[in-house]
Amino acid sequence: MSLRPEYRTYHFDGHDEHVLCFGAEASRRILIIPPLFDEMNRCRRMLVQAMRGLAERGTGSFLIDLPGCNESLAALENQSLSTWREAVGAAAAQLGVTHIASLRGGALVDDDVPNLPHWRLAPAKGSSLLKTMIRTRIAGDKEAGKATSEAGLMEAAKTAPIELAGNMLGPVMVAELASAEPPDVAQLTLRTLGQDIAGSTLWLRAEPQDDPAMSAAIAADLDQWSTSCGG
Amino acid sequence: MPFVPDSVETTIRELLVDVLGVAPATVAAMTDETPLFGALPELDSMAVAGLLTEMEDRLDIMIDDDDIDGELFESFGSLVAFAKAKVRE
Repeated sequence: MSLRPEYRTYHFDGHDEHVLCFGAEASRRILIIPPLFDEMNRCRRMLVQAMRGLAERGTGSFLIDLPGCNESLAALENQSLSTWREAVGAAAAQLGVTHIASLRGGALVDDDVPNLPHWRLAPAKGSSLLKTMIRTRIAGDKEAGKATSEAGLMEAAKTAPIELAGNMLGPVMVAELASAEPPDVAQLTLRTLGQDIAGSTLWLRAEPQDDPAMSAAIAADLDQWSTSCGG
Repeated sequence: MPFVPDSVETTIRELLVDVLGVAPATVAAMTDETPLFGALPELDSMAVAGLLTEMEDRLDIMIDDDDIDGELFESFGSLVAFAKAKVRE
């Protein structure tokens, strides 16, 4: 199998969104839903290295750009967990994937593909992601001499997009994040960091870092899992 | 009630490694007097946001941001004392 990355696209809501891909022609093809918001940036290098590891084993993988994220030209403020869930469903169908893997907040939007096996690593609650972004905004404002409160931000978010930690989030996104839990799926394999997968919580790090051992562990586990179910 | 004081301290040490990427040996050597904010370059105001949320998740506590002042992150001991007080609430 080619170890070179290539870009594929899926069509959603008037845009062609990018998907980084290794081994599109493989018999097992895993769609990877990365962590959300800034956590995605902190994990991207580690995830792409895991995809290379999968390609070396003959397993294909696709790393999705959710609308409004990474290379996407769609406006983030128009997105919500609901639109991302639909986008994942559209991408899975258009790319013809056989398995779904998600990390952290990716697990909040991975369920619109009910017939495929799901793998989740360290799924996150929407409220935790939202709280961290709100705290980051408040801390930034404080350093700029502005007093901002969580209650004030949540009130403003009812009617207009608000900026949180560099993300413009619309009212639906904020409301959905506040209560979102990883939804039930029929075939779920749940992985815990430190128990099932050796590695570090790269998504929490203020400075992006790498973890080659974690990439290798994820590649080995995804390969073994995808062999054991479906595909 | 699942937490005894020692487990709170252990959780805080794990948090400093996981969230800030501080070397485990450095964190293991911390005592109550070890200064944090201003002394650990990894701990800035942005990192504090992630640290507080992860503290809430792992210790099953709620932190009201009005409770937070500069002294909370002054030393390892002050952070552990704050967490223990929250767990008892």
